[in-house]
Amino acid sequence: MSRIGVFVCHCGHNIAGTVDVKAVVEQLQRNGDVVFAIDYKYMCSDPGQQLIRESIEKYQLDGVVVAACSPAMHETTFRRTVSAAGLNGFRCESANIREQVSWVHQQDKEAATQKAIEITASIVEKVKGNEILEPLVLPLTHRTLVIGGGIAGMQAALDIAEAGYPVILVERHDHLGGRMAELSGSYLNFRAAPDLLEKKIQQVLSHPNIQTLRNAEVIGLSGYVGNFRVQVKQNPEAEETPVMPLDELQPLTFTFDVGAIVVATGWQPYDRARLPEYGGVEIPDVVDGLTFEKMLREGGVLRRPSDGKIACEVVFVQCAGSRDPEHGVSYCSKVCCMYVAKQAMMYKERVPDGQAYVFYIDIRSAGKNYDEYVQRAMTDYGVLYLRGKVSRVFREGDQTIVWGSDTLTGRAVEIAADLVVLATPMLPSRGSAELGQLLHISTDGYGFFNEAHPKLRPVETLTAGIYLAGVAQGPKDIPETVSQASGAAAKVLQLFSKDEMTASPLVASVIEELCAACGACVKVCPYGARQIHPIWNYATVNAALCQGCGACVVACPNKASQVRNWRVEQVMGMVDRLL
Amino acid sequence: MIERALVVGAGIAGIQAALDIANSGYEVVLVEREPSIGGHMAQLSETFPTLDCSQCILTPRTVEAGKHEKIRLYTYSEIDSVRQDENGDFLVRIRRKAAYINWDLCTGCGVCQEKCPFKVESLFERGVGTRKVIYTLSPQAVPNKPVIDAANCRYLQSKWDIEAGRIPAVDAKGNPAKPKCGACEKFCPTGAIQWDQTDTFHEEKVGAVILATGYDLFPQSRLPEYGGGRIPDVIDGLAFERLLAASGPTAGKILRPSDGKPPLEVVFIQCSGSRDPERGVPYCSKICCMYTAKQAILYKHRLHEGQAYVFYIDVRAGGKGYEEFVNRAMEEEGVVYLRGKVSKLFREGDKVIVKGVDTLSNRTVEIAADLVVLATAIIPRATNPQVAELFGVPYDENGFYSAANEELDPVLSLAPRVFMAGAALGPKDIPETVAQASGAAAKVLSLFQRQRRTQKEAQGVLEAVAD
Amino acid sequence: MAIPYFPGCTLSTKASGYDRSGRAVAQALGLEFQELNEWQCCGATFPLSAENAMALVAPTRLLRQAQDAGGQVTTLCAICFHVLRRTQHFLQGHPDVLERINWFTEEPYLGNVRVTHFLELLRNELTWESLRAKVRRPLQGLRVAPYYGCLLLRPPSEIQLDDPDDPHILHECLEALGCEVITFPYQSECCGSYLVVNKPKVPQQLAQDILTSAQRHGAQALVTACPLCQYNLDYPQKSVSGWTLKLLPVLYFTQLMAVALGLPSEDWGMENHTVDPRPLFEPYLTTVGQGRTGGDR
Repeated sequence: MSRIGVFVCHCGHNIAGTVDVKAVVEQLQRNGDVVFAIDYKYMCSDPGQQLIRESIEKYQLDGVVVAACSPAMHETTFRRTVSAAGLNGFRCESANIREQVSWVHQQDKEAATQKAIEITASIVEKVKGNEILEPLVLPLTHRTLVIGGGIAGMQAALDIAEAGYPVILVERHDHLGGRMAELSGSYLNFRAAPDLLEKKIQQVLSHPNIQTLRNAEVIGLSGYVGNFRVQVKQNPEAEETPVMPLDELQPLTFTFDVGAIVVATGWQPYDRARLPEYGGVEIPDVVDGLTFEKMLREGGVLRRPSDGKIACEVVFVQCAGSRDPEHGVSYCSKVCCMYVAKQAMMYKERVPDGQAYVFYIDIRSAGKNYDEYVQRAMTDYGVLYLRGKVSRVFREGDQTIVWGSDTLTGRAVEIAADLVVLATPMLPSRGSAELGQLLHISTDGYGFFNEAHPKLRPVETLTAGIYLAGVAQGPKDIPETVSQASGAAAKVLQLFSKDEMTASPLVASVIEELCAACGACVKVCPYGARQIHPIWNYATVNAALCQGCGACVVACPNKASQVRNWRVEQVMGMVDRLL
Repeated sequence: MIERALVVGAGIAGIQAALDIANSGYEVVLVEREPSIGGHMAQLSETFPTLDCSQCILTPRTVEAGKHEKIRLYTYSEIDSVRQDENGDFLVRIRRKAAYINWDLCTGCGVCQEKCPFKVESLFERGVGTRKVIYTLSPQAVPNKPVIDAANCRYLQSKWDIEAGRIPAVDAKGNPAKPKCGACEKFCPTGAIQWDQTDTFHEEKVGAVILATGYDLFPQSRLPEYGGGRIPDVIDGLAFERLLAASGPTAGKILRPSDGKPPLEVVFIQCSGSRDPERGVPYCSKICCMYTAKQAILYKHRLHEGQAYVFYIDVRAGGKGYEEFVNRAMEEEGVVYLRGKVSKLFREGDKVIVKGVDTLSNRTVEIAADLVVLATAIIPRATNPQVAELFGVPYDENGFYSAANEELDPVLSLAPRVFMAGAALGPKDIPETVAQASGAAAKVLSLFQRQRRTQKEAQGVLEAVAD
Repeated sequence: MAIPYFPGCTLSTKASGYDRSGRAVAQALGLEFQELNEWQCCGATFPLSAENAMALVAPTRLLRQAQDAGGQVTTLCAICFHVLRRTQHFLQGHPDVLERINWFTEEPYLGNVRVTHFLELLRNELTWESLRAKVRRPLQGLRVAPYYGCLLLRPPSEIQLDDPDDPHILHECLEALGCEVITFPYQSECCGSYLVVNKPKVPQQLAQDILTSAQRHGAQALVTACPLCQYNLDYPQKSVSGWTLKLLPVLYFTQLMAVALGLPSEDWGMENHTVDPRPLFEPYLTTVGQGRTGGDR
């Protein structure tokens, strides 16, 4: 016989207004395993918790059921209360009679009361079988791997390094700065941006806590949060080894232990060959936004690539592929409206007599001073904005003809342009999908990495210890990228604030005698927490990786897999009680 | 430097920043002006683009912040003054407003709110609902302790009238005059009502500060062409959120304020005050396109036979899954999008006549609507300049805090050890706010952890020397 | 007190009733309209292009006339007021344009004339209280709807007379006369303006909307300060075939003032209206018949 106490909460009127709490108490008192039951206005309040603590001592309780709100709400609170009275926290469970009962059955009080009684009684069944558990303690390596040396990766690396932790920054190319290094400037202060970036790069390179590996890629990962082991391959750099021909050099492979990983792999431009209606890659005077940035960086008057004549008529085509499910990119690339405005203004500064046209669907200048900025392009720089799509771009003599429509006047527009700039979509970087598989983090339909929750966990992934920064997660501009990168750093610093990690002990376990080593659990485990022991030949559980989801329990034909405190006999006991 | 942080404002930005710091083991002082935390997010119904219930995803955070052993919560409080000591630490004086309730005794049972006989318009419900004079913002309030709205409290007003001699101290029968009402006091089971409570002042010392004071909505009274707030069936976006919210005054039923009927024609007007340098604010409020699409979708879900119209200038759906979400509103839910401004609207009988233009067909449009929802501009809190000046942070001509460098250092202020996050810097949506709040927390954690590690290393050197 | 006055073309021709009633009312209030010595058309529209300095020559010359007349000018016509006020505002911010025009006209305008509408004078200098005190025939029970139109108030940043979305100035004037003043939603809608010349259907449709709304709100008459508004709202009521609305007189505010101040009917200037407003005032004339005719003259 157990000695379980049941505590029924009124939650003001939230529960008591619908559920007859006295009846719940009365019914539960009749349960042979329940030695004490009581109701109270607010169990989570200090007097309520005091009541629980005192009752544990007074009635020598060995288990506690709090019939109140959802466990997501106060499970931790009540487990802490119970521990304070000397009872193991895992001997306390919440019976949810608010979200699952009173809030949804306000019309039928009698049935609600009955349901509350049954739910509470079934939780009593569960507590009877609960083991006494302690949180798992795991070691923690206070070192971070940052993948990608663009502005996102650099910012995250700097924030972590500044806090005093070592960072390994892996960059695929031979230079830092990523796509930002390809820009002529950012939009709001377009003259100062290259200097600012250079300053960041110097900060990274000179930081004693940051080790930068250029020409390097991550090729292997094992382990789990706090204890990852990473393999990085670095290709030799030509100029550093002049004595040997490059092809004879073997790439170097390094292995590191790290505790956290920030993924900041950035983006790549859309392949223009997939836009035949805009001339594909055939027409020399049709370029994409990044190429135009390069032309701007070269300085001087803007000349068209085909014959070096001054570009007097320039057409910018926004959404050249974005917001277009036909081209496989139904999302908005978010930065084009702003950089096109910037490019058009910079063009006007280089060619004051030239005319710039911008075709757009919507102008998305949402950000601090952004709307004002686009207004300036229109009014101060005389950039002509045309609301409509461009249907075709083709070569006619030495000019490029642009056919489009102006949906505001309802007219077709034809412009004989010297230069056409396509604001093509932002795609996830090459190799994102493979990296995602390597790191066990998921990607969305377009290949951007998925965050843990679209609203409240924007920089975390569902894999503990792996965080996201920048465009790798979805198109965003520089200020947003920088904020997010610092956000990812905060998560790392939070993880590193302790010397070791604690984890929930509610993980899977294997009854070795029953295990036939069939491997079904290894296949279904979404967290890679299972393997067959090479010597003993039964399945094992990596408690640090296991999230207690229970997939293995279902898959196991022998019922050898169990989740702690959700063992089959406990669950069956609960079901028996309900039926 | 003392390893404690102050976070001003406990909306989602402030809560996120506070949790990130507190979960790293440092103490946080979290100051909130309202009686409970959660900010505007607590007022929302569902969130775009996943239609997650806002209250449901927020409550775990507010509860965690409210119960966190490292977070010292000052609700119903404001920053009174700040000075810096020789180490650069901030000595912050916090004024906790008189709630007239002893929160240590209060159990949050709610009896007082039930018994209080006076109802007033609720600001939290944005004018579409009422609250008692003794109130919490919502049933899920954290902390779940009420305050008394003194200006509307019969007892306090009559008590003060007697004390000031505005009412004779002795009545006609010669008995000493007594304050009226006092229902809450009579029914409070713990005797927590405290009529003589005054504002209290608390001094806290912190080493770093995060300002997350959030936003307000452009007042309808400044939009006379849209009725100036005088037409009951013309409401703002937050008011419509309250009509949609399951915990709102209509329990999630869409009923218009004037006569409580379900509105069959609803017009949503984006850029009400935004992008309007002449009469409103020059900037874009960034979130309206998305929340309007969401509100139109939710409206269609609740009232299948209803028709929703959206007037817009540009649809700004830049974000993960955003474009697809707006397309869903247009294509699957049959919301009619009209590209153009509404020039004016007025009441005609029980309808609101909306006169606008559709710039794509070049026609003027007139809709006899049952309800009009204005996506009014996001503006900084009126107190932003004061808070900025207390901490030596610059702010722009619109009243938003200015960052050291808006592009590369968006959370750094020009004042050392003062960081910023969320809509107080400029309009932004929830994920961007949360990421930025964590970003601001990172700056604080960098400061603290660097100091801690330097100390540890120094300690290590000393021990090595001692060996 | 003598006030430099610019009547403008329309008030000298089609809208002479506005001019006549305005002059009579001013006199009755102790103000003397002093017509500018020499004047021509104000230009009738304010140029949309800021670079078009030539279009500002005409109003600038008028301002120069006013400069000679003492540095102030008052108008009754809302359009003249609009053009002059905006010209004045523009020139103050663009001294280079003013200099160009002065070179052209060879009559230097110094840029400091105060342009006022008569309503503004009444509100700011005479005050509504003193107007109320001078009313001899309070028009009690007369339900009138002020119709502001566009040009009298817009753009507010330059005109600065009243809030175009929530205007009061005509309301206050009519209240001082004792009228029951009605606010209706179309009070500051456009009447169609010059489109009456080449697309008459547009102002006709607008007139129908405006008049319908005013009647639905119970107005017995519409009151305006603009001759073009008066014309566009008044004439279609009898000249458009198939006009089914009830007839609604459209008056100038000065005409109502003339009646209320007790002026004789020849000063009202109501002979040329399409919808004759005079029957509206019959109930009020009898009361004055008892020994208090003629006003102050």
